[in-house]
Amino acid sequence: MTLPRLTATAFALCLANSAAAQDTIIVQSTTSTANSGLYDHLLPIFKGESGISVNVVAVGTGQAIKNAANCDGDVLLVHAKAAEEAFVSAGHGLARFDLMYNDFVLVGPAADPAGLRGMGDVQEALKTIAKTDAPFASRGDDSGTHKKEMQLWAESGVDPGASSGTWYRETGSGMGATLNVGVGMAAYVMTDRATWLSFGNKGDFEVLVEGDPDMFNQYGVIVVNPEHCPNVQLEPAQTFVDWLLSNEGQDAIGAYERNGAQLFFPNAGE
Amino acid sequence: MQDFGAAFSLAFELVMRADRDLVEIVLLSLRVSLSAALLACLIGLPLGAFLAAARFRGRGTVIVTLNALMGLPPVVVGLLVYLHLSRAGPLGFLGLLYTPTAMIIAQTILITPIVAALSRQVLEDLNAEYAEQFRAFGLSRWQSMQALLWDARYALVTVSLAGFGRAIAEVGAVMIVGGNIDHVTRVMTTAIALETSRGELALALALGLVLMVLALSINAAVQGVRMNAEKRAYA
Repeated sequence: MTLPRLTATAFALCLANSAAAQDTIIVQSTTSTANSGLYDHLLPIFKGESGISVNVVAVGTGQAIKNAANCDGDVLLVHAKAAEEAFVSAGHGLARFDLMYNDFVLVGPAADPAGLRGMGDVQEALKTIAKTDAPFASRGDDSGTHKKEMQLWAESGVDPGASSGTWYRETGSGMGATLNVGVGMAAYVMTDRATWLSFGNKGDFEVLVEGDPDMFNQYGVIVVNPEHCPNVQLEPAQTFVDWLLSNEGQDAIGAYERNGAQLFFPNAGE
Repeated sequence: MQDFGAAFSLAFELVMRADRDLVEIVLLSLRVSLSAALLACLIGLPLGAFLAAARFRGRGTVIVTLNALMGLPPVVVGLLVYLHLSRAGPLGFLGLLYTPTAMIIAQTILITPIVAALSRQVLEDLNAEYAEQFRAFGLSRWQSMQALLWDARYALVTVSLAGFGRAIAEVGAVMIVGGNIDHVTRVMTTAIALETSRGELALALALGLVLMVLALSINAAVQGVRMNAEKRAYA
Protein backbone atom coordinates (compact mmCIF):
# COMPACT_ATOMS: atom_id res chain seq x y z
CA MET A 1 0.00 0.00 0.00
CA THR A 2 1.22 3.47 -0.81
CA LEU A 3 1.47 6.16 1.82
CA PRO A 4 -1.57 8.20 0.64
CA ARG A 5 -3.68 5.06 0.51
CA LEU A 6 -2.56 4.10 4.00
CA THR A 7 -3.51 7.55 5.25
CA ALA A 8 -6.90 7.31 3.57
CA THR A 9 -7.51 3.91 5.14
CA ALA A 10 -6.59 5.24 8.57
CA PHE A 11 -8.97 8.18 8.24
CA ALA A 12 -11.72 5.94 6.93
CA LEU A 13 -11.28 3.75 10.02
CA CYS A 14 -11.59 6.80 12.26
CA LEU A 15 -14.70 8.05 10.49
CA ALA A 16 -16.35 4.65 10.69
CA ASN A 17 -15.61 4.67 14.41
CA SER A 18 -17.26 8.01 15.07
CA ALA A 19 -20.57 7.30 13.34
CA ALA A 20 -23.00 8.08 16.16
CA ALA A 21 -26.09 6.01 16.85
CA GLN A 22 -29.56 7.51 17.17
CA ASP A 23 -31.19 8.00 20.57
CA THR A 24 -28.33 6.95 22.77
CA ILE A 25 -27.82 8.40 26.21
CA ILE A 26 -24.91 8.19 28.60
CA VAL A 27 -25.50 7.47 32.27
CA GLN A 28 -22.74 8.47 34.67
CA SER A 29 -23.19 5.85 37.34
CA THR A 30 -21.76 4.56 40.57
CA THR A 31 -19.96 1.22 40.29
CA SER A 32 -22.21 -0.79 42.62
CA THR A 33 -25.22 -0.60 40.29
CA ALA A 34 -23.08 -1.71 37.33
CA ASN A 35 -20.93 -4.35 39.07
CA SER A 36 -23.98 -6.00 40.62
CA GLY A 37 -25.47 -6.58 37.16
CA LEU A 38 -28.53 -4.37 37.73
CA TYR A 39 -28.13 -2.60 34.39
CA ASP A 40 -27.80 -5.90 32.52
CA HIS A 41 -31.24 -6.67 33.93
CA LEU A 42 -32.90 -3.24 33.46
CA LEU A 43 -31.52 -1.90 30.20
CA PRO A 44 -32.77 -4.62 27.82
CA ILE A 45 -36.30 -4.18 29.24
CA PHE A 46 -36.10 -0.40 28.80
CA LYS A 47 -34.63 -0.66 25.33
CA GLY A 48 -37.36 -3.08 24.27
CA GLU A 49 -40.01 -0.54 25.23
CA SER A 50 -38.45 2.73 24.18
CA GLY A 51 -35.84 1.83 21.58
CA ILE A 52 -33.37 4.02 23.49
CA SER A 53 -29.84 2.69 24.03
CA VAL A 54 -28.33 3.48 27.42
CA ASN A 55 -24.54 3.56 27.71
CA VAL A 56 -23.30 3.23 31.26
CA VAL A 57 -20.00 4.71 32.44
CA ALA A 58 -19.39 3.17 35.87
CA VAL A 59 -17.02 5.14 38.09
CA GLY A 60 -17.02 6.21 41.74
CA THR A 61 -19.76 8.64 42.76
CA GLY A 62 -17.28 11.52 43.11
CA GLN A 63 -15.94 11.02 39.59
CA ALA A 64 -19.42 10.43 38.16
CA ILE A 65 -20.63 13.77 39.53
CA LYS A 66 -17.53 15.51 38.19
CA ASN A 67 -17.96 13.94 34.74
CA ALA A 68 -21.63 14.93 34.64
CA ALA A 69 -20.75 18.50 35.68
CA ASN A 70 -18.36 18.49 32.69
CA CYS A 71 -21.41 17.61 30.53
CA ASP A 72 -20.05 14.13 29.74
CA GLY A 73 -23.35 12.42 30.51
CA ASP A 74 -27.12 12.85 30.22
CA VAL A 75 -28.19 11.18 33.45
CA LEU A 76 -26.50 10.87 36.84
CA LEU A 77 -27.27 7.82 39.02
CA VAL A 78 -25.28 7.79 42.27
CA HIS A 79 -25.60 7.45 46.04
CA ALA A 80 -24.46 10.49 47.98
CA LYS A 81 -27.52 12.61 48.71
CA ALA A 82 -25.72 15.75 49.93
CA ALA A 83 -23.42 15.81 46.90
CA GLU A 84 -26.39 15.16 44.57
CA GLU A 85 -28.34 18.06 46.05
CA ALA A 86 -25.27 20.29 45.66
CA PHE A 87 -25.08 19.18 42.00
CA VAL A 88 -28.69 20.28 41.44
CA SER A 89 -28.41 23.55 43.34
CA ALA A 90 -25.27 24.43 41.34
CA GLY A 91 -27.51 24.32 38.26
CA HIS A 92 -25.86 21.17 36.84
CA GLY A 93 -28.93 18.96 37.25
CA LEU A 94 -32.69 19.40 36.80
CA ALA A 95 -34.15 17.67 39.86
CA ARG A 96 -33.09 14.84 42.14
CA PHE A 97 -35.37 11.86 42.75
CA ASP A 98 -35.06 9.04 45.26
CA LEU A 99 -34.81 5.86 43.20
CA MET A 100 -34.06 2.88 45.40
CA TYR A 101 -32.12 1.85 48.48
CA ASN A 102 -30.23 -0.96 50.07
CA ASP A 103 -27.78 -0.90 52.94
CA PHE A 104 -24.12 -0.97 53.80
CA VAL A 105 -22.57 -3.85 55.72
CA LEU A 106 -19.25 -4.42 57.48
CA VAL A 107 -17.56 -7.56 56.20
CA GLY A 108 -14.45 -9.21 57.58
CA PRO A 109 -12.56 -12.48 58.00
CA ALA A 110 -14.34 -15.34 59.75
CA ALA A 111 -11.68 -15.18 62.50
CA ASP A 112 -13.03 -11.68 63.32
CA PRO A 113 -9.97 -10.38 65.28
CA ALA A 114 -11.82 -7.34 66.66
CA GLY A 115 -14.84 -9.42 67.74
CA LEU A 116 -17.46 -7.49 65.77
CA ARG A 117 -19.79 -10.37 64.95
CA GLY A 118 -23.38 -9.62 65.81
CA MET A 119 -22.83 -5.97 66.72
CA GLY A 120 -25.85 -3.87 65.75
CA ASP A 121 -24.26 -0.46 66.28
CA VAL A 122 -21.90 0.48 63.47
CA GLN A 123 -20.24 3.39 65.30
CA GLU A 124 -19.47 1.07 68.21
CA ALA A 125 -18.00 -1.47 65.76
CA LEU A 126 -15.75 1.15 64.15
CA LYS A 127 -14.55 2.30 67.58
CA THR A 128 -13.68 -1.32 68.41
CA ILE A 129 -11.70 -1.67 65.16
CA ALA A 130 -9.69 1.46 65.99
CA LYS A 131 -9.14 0.36 69.60
CA THR A 132 -7.84 -3.07 68.61
CA ASP A 133 -5.80 -1.76 65.64
CA ALA A 134 -7.49 -4.38 63.46
CA PRO A 135 -6.76 -3.78 59.75
CA PHE A 136 -9.50 -1.89 57.88
CA ALA A 137 -9.44 -1.30 54.12
CA SER A 138 -11.10 1.95 53.01
CA ARG A 139 -12.07 3.07 49.51
CA GLY A 140 -10.31 6.40 50.03
CA ASP A 141 -11.61 7.63 46.66
CA ASP A 142 -14.34 10.18 47.45
CA SER A 143 -17.00 7.74 46.27
CA GLY A 144 -20.48 7.56 47.78
CA THR A 145 -19.42 4.61 49.94
CA HIS A 146 -16.29 6.45 51.05
CA LYS A 147 -18.27 9.58 51.96
CA LYS A 148 -20.63 7.41 54.03
CA GLU A 149 -17.73 5.67 55.72
CA MET A 150 -16.12 9.01 56.64
CA GLN A 151 -19.43 10.20 58.09
CA LEU A 152 -19.67 7.07 60.25
CA TRP A 153 -16.08 7.47 61.47
CA ALA A 154 -16.81 11.09 62.41
CA GLU A 155 -19.91 9.98 64.33
CA SER A 156 -17.87 7.38 66.17
CA GLY A 157 -15.31 9.99 67.23
CA VAL A 158 -12.36 8.30 65.55
CA ASP A 159 -10.04 10.05 63.08
CA PRO A 160 -8.84 7.12 60.94
CA GLY A 161 -6.77 9.41 58.69
CA ALA A 162 -4.28 9.78 61.54
CA SER A 163 -3.60 6.04 61.33
CA SER A 164 -3.47 5.86 57.54
CA GLY A 165 -0.82 3.37 56.50
CA THR A 166 -0.94 1.42 59.77
CA TRP A 167 -4.21 -0.41 60.55
CA TYR A 168 -6.23 1.99 58.36
CA ARG A 169 -5.47 1.32 54.70
CA GLU A 170 -6.82 3.53 51.92
CA THR A 171 -6.86 1.71 48.61
CA GLY A 172 -7.96 4.67 46.48
CA SER A 173 -9.88 2.30 44.20
CA GLY A 174 -13.34 0.91 43.48
CA MET A 175 -15.52 -1.26 45.72
CA GLY A 176 -14.58 -4.56 44.11
CA ALA A 177 -10.87 -3.71 44.08
CA THR A 178 -11.08 -2.70 47.74
CA LEU A 179 -12.83 -5.98 48.61
CA ASN A 180 -10.05 -7.85 46.81
CA VAL A 181 -7.50 -5.97 48.93
CA GLY A 182 -9.50 -6.58 52.11
CA VAL A 183 -9.76 -10.31 51.45
CA GLY A 184 -6.06 -10.39 50.60
CA MET A 185 -4.92 -8.81 53.86
CA ALA A 186 -7.76 -9.98 56.15
CA ALA A 187 -8.93 -6.40 56.69
CA TYR A 188 -12.47 -5.28 57.54
CA VAL A 189 -14.28 -3.51 54.71
CA MET A 190 -17.45 -1.46 54.57
CA THR A 191 -19.35 -2.25 51.38
CA ASP A 192 -22.81 -1.82 49.91
CA ARG A 193 -24.76 -5.04 50.10
CA ALA A 194 -25.35 -5.30 46.33
CA THR A 195 -21.65 -5.38 45.49
CA TRP A 196 -21.03 -7.83 48.33
CA LEU A 197 -23.76 -10.26 47.29
CA SER A 198 -22.57 -10.34 43.69
CA PHE A 199 -18.84 -10.38 44.54
CA GLY A 200 -17.07 -13.55 43.40
CA ASN A 201 -13.89 -13.57 45.49
CA LYS A 202 -15.23 -13.64 49.05
CA GLY A 203 -12.63 -16.03 50.49
CA ASP A 204 -13.60 -16.74 54.12
CA PHE A 205 -15.18 -13.29 54.51
CA GLU A 206 -18.67 -12.85 55.89
CA VAL A 207 -21.05 -10.09 56.90
CA LEU A 208 -20.31 -9.22 60.53
CA VAL A 209 -22.20 -5.99 61.19
CA GLU A 210 -25.55 -5.16 59.58
CA GLY A 211 -28.96 -3.77 60.30
CA ASP A 212 -28.01 -0.42 61.85
CA PRO A 213 -30.42 2.22 60.45
CA ASP A 214 -27.36 4.49 60.05
CA MET A 215 -26.14 2.16 57.28
CA PHE A 216 -29.04 3.02 55.01
CA ASN A 217 -27.88 3.53 51.40
CA GLN A 218 -30.10 5.71 49.22
CA TYR A 219 -29.63 5.94 45.45
CA GLY A 220 -30.78 9.01 43.54
CA VAL A 221 -31.24 9.85 39.87
CA ILE A 222 -30.88 13.22 38.13
CA VAL A 223 -31.23 14.42 34.54
CA VAL A 224 -28.34 16.74 33.64
CA ASN A 225 -29.52 20.32 33.13
CA PRO A 226 -29.66 21.24 29.41
CA GLU A 227 -29.21 24.91 30.32
CA HIS A 228 -25.81 24.01 31.77
CA CYS A 229 -25.05 21.40 29.08
CA PRO A 230 -26.69 22.15 25.72
CA ASN A 231 -25.55 18.77 24.38
CA VAL A 232 -27.82 16.85 26.79
CA GLN A 233 -30.21 14.43 25.04
CA LEU A 234 -33.07 15.77 27.13
CA GLU A 235 -35.96 13.81 25.69
CA PRO A 236 -34.49 10.29 25.86
CA ALA A 237 -32.80 11.09 29.20
CA GLN A 238 -36.12 12.21 30.68
CA THR A 239 -37.82 9.14 29.22
CA PHE A 240 -35.28 6.90 30.94
CA VAL A 241 -35.62 8.61 34.32
CA ASP A 242 -39.44 8.67 34.07
CA TRP A 243 -39.37 4.95 33.32
CA LEU A 244 -37.09 4.19 36.29
CA LEU A 245 -39.48 6.09 38.57
CA SER A 246 -42.64 4.56 37.06
CA ASN A 247 -44.36 1.53 38.58
CA GLU A 248 -42.93 -0.59 35.83
CA GLY A 249 -39.33 0.52 36.32
CA GLN A 250 -39.66 0.23 40.08
CA ASP A 251 -41.04 -3.31 39.77
CA ALA A 252 -38.15 -4.22 37.47
CA ILE A 253 -35.65 -2.95 40.06
CA GLY A 254 -37.37 -4.91 42.83
CA ALA A 255 -37.43 -8.07 40.74
CA TYR A 256 -33.63 -8.16 40.30
CA GLU A 257 -32.03 -10.92 42.35
CA ARG A 258 -28.57 -12.43 42.70
CA ASN A 259 -28.21 -15.86 44.31
CA GLY A 260 -31.81 -15.66 45.49
CA ALA A 261 -31.41 -12.30 47.26
CA GLN A 262 -32.98 -8.98 46.26
CA LEU A 263 -30.23 -6.38 45.81
CA PHE A 264 -32.10 -3.06 45.50
CA PHE A 265 -35.38 -1.91 47.05
CA PRO A 266 -37.32 0.62 44.95
CA ASN A 267 -38.58 3.66 46.88
CA ALA A 268 -39.36 6.38 44.33
CA GLY A 269 -42.00 8.86 45.42
CA GLU A 270 -42.08 7.72 49.04
CA MET B 1 -4.16 -21.68 43.23
CA GLN B 2 -7.39 -23.21 41.97
CA ASP B 3 -7.92 -20.09 39.83
CA PHE B 4 -5.32 -21.12 37.25
CA GLY B 5 -6.95 -24.43 36.36
CA ALA B 6 -10.37 -22.79 36.26
CA ALA B 7 -8.99 -19.97 34.10
CA PHE B 8 -7.54 -22.35 31.52
CA SER B 9 -10.72 -24.37 31.12
CA LEU B 10 -12.82 -21.19 31.10
CA ALA B 11 -10.61 -19.59 28.44
CA PHE B 12 -10.85 -22.75 26.35
CA GLU B 13 -14.61 -22.87 26.74
CA LEU B 14 -15.06 -19.18 25.82
CA VAL B 15 -13.01 -19.59 22.67
CA MET B 16 -14.59 -22.89 21.67
CA ARG B 17 -18.17 -21.67 21.80
CA ALA B 18 -17.08 -18.35 20.21
CA ASP B 19 -18.86 -16.40 22.97
CA ARG B 20 -20.55 -13.45 21.24
CA ASP B 21 -19.54 -10.87 23.84
CA LEU B 22 -15.97 -12.15 23.74
CA VAL B 23 -15.80 -11.94 19.94
CA GLU B 24 -17.16 -8.40 20.13
CA ILE B 25 -14.54 -7.14 22.60
CA VAL B 26 -11.73 -8.98 20.84
CA LEU B 27 -12.67 -7.34 17.53
CA LEU B 28 -12.92 -3.91 19.16
CA SER B 29 -9.54 -4.40 20.85
CA LEU B 30 -8.01 -5.26 17.49
CA ARG B 31 -9.74 -2.40 15.67
CA VAL B 32 -8.65 0.19 18.23
CA SER B 33 -5.08 -0.97 18.71
CA LEU B 34 -4.37 -1.76 15.04
CA SER B 35 -5.72 1.66 14.02
CA ALA B 36 -3.57 3.30 16.70
CA ALA B 37 -0.51 1.33 15.58
CA LEU B 38 -1.14 2.27 11.93
CA LEU B 39 -1.51 5.97 12.76
CA ALA B 40 1.52 5.86 15.06
CA CYS B 41 3.59 4.36 12.20
CA LEU B 42 2.34 7.01 9.74
CA ILE B 43 3.56 9.71 12.11
CA GLY B 44 6.39 7.97 13.92
CA LEU B 45 8.32 6.34 11.07
CA PRO B 46 8.81 9.53 9.00
CA LEU B 47 9.63 11.41 12.21
CA GLY B 48 12.19 8.77 13.16
CA ALA B 49 13.69 8.86 9.66
CA PHE B 50 13.87 12.65 9.73
CA LEU B 51 15.63 12.67 13.11
CA ALA B 52 18.03 9.98 11.89
CA ALA B 53 19.02 11.77 8.70
CA ALA B 54 18.76 15.46 9.62
CA ARG B 55 21.20 17.56 11.62
CA PHE B 56 19.86 20.69 13.29
CA ARG B 57 20.22 22.68 16.50
CA GLY B 58 18.33 21.17 19.39
CA ARG B 59 18.26 17.73 17.79
CA GLY B 60 19.76 16.17 20.91
CA THR B 61 17.02 17.70 23.07
CA VAL B 62 14.32 16.42 20.72
CA ILE B 63 15.78 12.90 20.83
CA VAL B 64 16.08 12.86 24.63
CA THR B 65 12.51 14.15 24.93
CA LEU B 66 11.24 11.54 22.49
CA ASN B 67 13.03 8.76 24.36
CA ALA B 68 11.57 9.99 27.64
CA LEU B 69 8.07 10.04 26.14
CA MET B 70 8.33 6.27 25.59
CA GLY B 71 7.64 6.08 29.32
CA LEU B 72 4.39 8.09 29.13
CA PRO B 73 2.01 6.63 31.74
CA PRO B 74 -1.20 5.50 29.97
CA VAL B 75 -3.39 6.94 32.72
CA VAL B 76 -1.84 10.40 32.20
CA VAL B 77 -2.43 10.18 28.45
CA GLY B 78 -6.01 9.13 29.19
CA LEU B 79 -6.51 12.07 31.50
CA LEU B 80 -5.07 14.57 29.00
CA VAL B 81 -7.23 13.24 26.18
CA TYR B 82 -10.27 13.21 28.50
CA LEU B 83 -9.71 16.86 29.43
CA HIS B 84 -9.55 17.79 25.74
CA LEU B 85 -12.48 15.68 24.52
CA SER B 86 -14.77 16.32 27.49
CA ARG B 87 -17.78 18.52 26.65
CA ALA B 88 -16.20 21.07 28.97
CA GLY B 89 -12.89 20.81 27.08
CA PRO B 90 -11.64 22.59 23.94
CA LEU B 91 -12.55 19.71 21.59
CA GLY B 92 -15.79 18.77 23.34
CA PHE B 93 -17.91 19.92 20.39
CA LEU B 94 -16.65 16.90 18.41
CA GLY B 95 -18.58 14.59 20.72
CA LEU B 96 -15.82 11.99 20.63
CA LEU B 97 -15.57 11.11 24.32
CA TYR B 98 -16.63 7.52 25.12
CA THR B 99 -16.21 6.41 21.49
CA PRO B 100 -13.65 4.03 19.94
CA THR B 101 -12.21 7.06 18.12
CA ALA B 102 -11.25 8.63 21.47
CA MET B 103 -9.53 5.37 22.40
CA ILE B 104 -7.61 5.34 19.11
CA ILE B 105 -6.48 8.93 19.68
CA ALA B 106 -5.25 8.15 23.20
CA GLN B 107 -3.37 5.03 22.14
CA THR B 108 -1.86 6.81 19.14
CA ILE B 109 -0.47 9.49 21.46
CA LEU B 110 0.81 6.78 23.76
CA ILE B 111 2.71 4.74 21.17
CA THR B 112 3.84 7.30 18.56
CA PRO B 113 6.90 8.22 20.70
CA ILE B 114 7.79 4.51 20.93
CA VAL B 115 7.65 4.05 17.16
CA ALA B 116 9.49 7.31 16.51
CA ALA B 117 12.24 6.81 19.09
CA LEU B 118 12.95 3.16 18.22
CA SER B 119 12.91 3.77 14.47
CA ARG B 120 15.18 6.80 14.93
CA GLN B 121 17.76 4.53 16.60
CA VAL B 122 17.48 1.81 13.95
CA LEU B 123 17.68 4.27 11.06
CA GLU B 124 20.51 6.33 12.53
CA ASP B 125 22.71 3.24 12.74
CA LEU B 126 21.86 2.47 9.13
CA ASN B 127 22.43 6.08 8.12
CA ALA B 128 25.94 5.99 9.58
CA GLU B 129 26.64 3.06 7.25
CA TYR B 130 25.07 4.60 4.13
CA ALA B 131 25.69 8.34 4.53
CA GLU B 132 28.69 8.37 2.20
CA GLN B 133 26.90 6.44 -0.53
CA PHE B 134 23.91 8.75 -0.28
CA ARG B 135 26.25 11.69 -0.80
CA ALA B 136 27.99 9.94 -3.69
CA PHE B 137 24.65 9.34 -5.42
CA GLY B 138 23.67 12.93 -4.69
CA LEU B 139 20.42 11.92 -2.96
CA SER B 140 18.28 14.62 -1.41
CA ARG B 141 17.39 14.31 2.29
CA TRP B 142 13.88 13.19 1.33
CA GLN B 143 15.29 10.48 -0.94
CA SER B 144 17.76 9.33 1.74
CA MET B 145 14.92 9.08 4.26
CA GLN B 146 12.94 6.94 1.83
CA ALA B 147 15.93 4.73 1.14
CA LEU B 148 16.58 4.30 4.86
CA LEU B 149 12.95 3.40 5.62
CA TRP B 150 12.86 0.89 2.77
CA ASP B 151 16.14 -0.76 3.68
CA ALA B 152 15.26 -1.07 7.37
CA ARG B 153 11.71 -2.29 6.70
CA TYR B 154 12.14 -5.63 8.47
CA ALA B 155 13.54 -4.04 11.62
CA LEU B 156 10.78 -1.43 11.46
CA VAL B 157 8.15 -4.17 11.47
CA THR B 158 9.47 -5.17 14.89
CA VAL B 159 9.33 -1.51 15.94
CA SER B 160 5.68 -1.27 14.94
CA LEU B 161 4.94 -4.53 16.77
CA ALA B 162 6.43 -3.01 19.92
CA GLY B 163 4.02 -0.10 19.53
CA PHE B 164 1.07 -2.39 18.87
CA GLY B 165 1.98 -4.52 21.88
CA ARG B 166 1.98 -1.53 24.15
CA ALA B 167 -1.39 -0.37 22.75
CA ILE B 168 -3.25 -3.67 23.05
CA ALA B 169 -1.91 -4.23 26.58
CA GLU B 170 -2.70 -0.86 28.16
CA VAL B 171 -5.79 -0.26 30.24
CA GLY B 172 -5.28 3.14 31.89
CA ALA B 173 -5.95 5.34 28.87
CA VAL B 174 -8.85 3.46 27.25
CA MET B 175 -10.60 3.08 30.60
CA ILE B 176 -10.79 6.87 31.04
CA VAL B 177 -11.58 8.01 27.49
CA GLY B 178 -13.65 4.95 26.50
CA GLY B 179 -15.56 4.52 29.74
CA ASN B 180 -15.64 0.70 29.41
CA ILE B 181 -19.22 0.88 28.06
CA ASP B 182 -20.67 -2.54 27.33
CA HIS B 183 -21.06 -3.19 23.56
CA VAL B 184 -19.58 0.24 22.74
CA THR B 185 -16.11 0.77 24.19
CA ARG B 186 -15.37 -2.38 26.17
CA VAL B 187 -12.06 -3.94 25.12
CA MET B 188 -10.06 -6.88 26.45
CA THR B 189 -8.08 -4.98 29.06
CA THR B 190 -11.01 -3.00 30.46
CA ALA B 191 -13.08 -6.21 30.59
CA ILE B 192 -10.27 -7.86 32.55
CA ALA B 193 -10.19 -4.91 34.98
CA LEU B 194 -13.98 -5.11 35.36
CA GLU B 195 -14.04 -8.85 36.07
CA THR B 196 -11.22 -8.42 38.59
CA SER B 197 -13.24 -5.77 40.42
CA ARG B 198 -16.24 -8.09 40.38
CA GLY B 199 -14.06 -10.66 42.10
CA GLU B 200 -14.44 -13.02 39.14
CA LEU B 201 -10.71 -13.76 39.12
CA ALA B 202 -10.88 -16.95 37.04
CA LEU B 203 -12.85 -15.20 34.29
CA ALA B 204 -10.45 -12.22 34.40
CA LEU B 205 -7.49 -14.55 34.04
CA ALA B 206 -9.22 -16.44 31.22
CA LEU B 207 -9.67 -13.18 29.31
CA GLY B 208 -5.99 -12.44 29.96
CA LEU B 209 -5.05 -15.78 28.44
CA VAL B 210 -7.15 -15.06 25.35
CA LEU B 211 -5.44 -11.67 25.01
CA MET B 212 -2.00 -13.25 25.22
CA VAL B 213 -2.85 -15.90 22.64
CA LEU B 214 -4.15 -13.13 20.39
CA ALA B 215 -0.91 -11.14 20.71
CA LEU B 216 1.06 -14.31 20.05
CA SER B 217 -0.91 -15.10 16.88
CA ILE B 218 -0.45 -11.60 15.50
CA ASN B 219 3.28 -11.69 16.15
CA ALA B 220 3.55 -15.14 14.60
CA ALA B 221 1.60 -14.02 11.54
CA VAL B 222 3.84 -11.00 11.05
CA GLN B 223 6.93 -13.14 11.53
CA GLY B 224 5.63 -15.56 8.90
CA VAL B 225 5.03 -12.80 6.36
CA ARG B 226 8.41 -11.31 7.10
CA MET B 227 10.34 -14.55 6.71
CA ASN B 228 8.55 -15.22 3.44
CA ALA B 229 9.44 -11.77 2.13
CA GLU B 230 13.04 -12.03 3.25
CA LYS B 231 13.39 -15.39 1.56
CA ARG B 232 12.12 -13.92 -1.67
CA ALA B 233 14.31 -10.83 -1.33
CA TYR B 234 17.51 -12.86 -0.98
CA ALA B 235 16.55 -15.64 -3.39
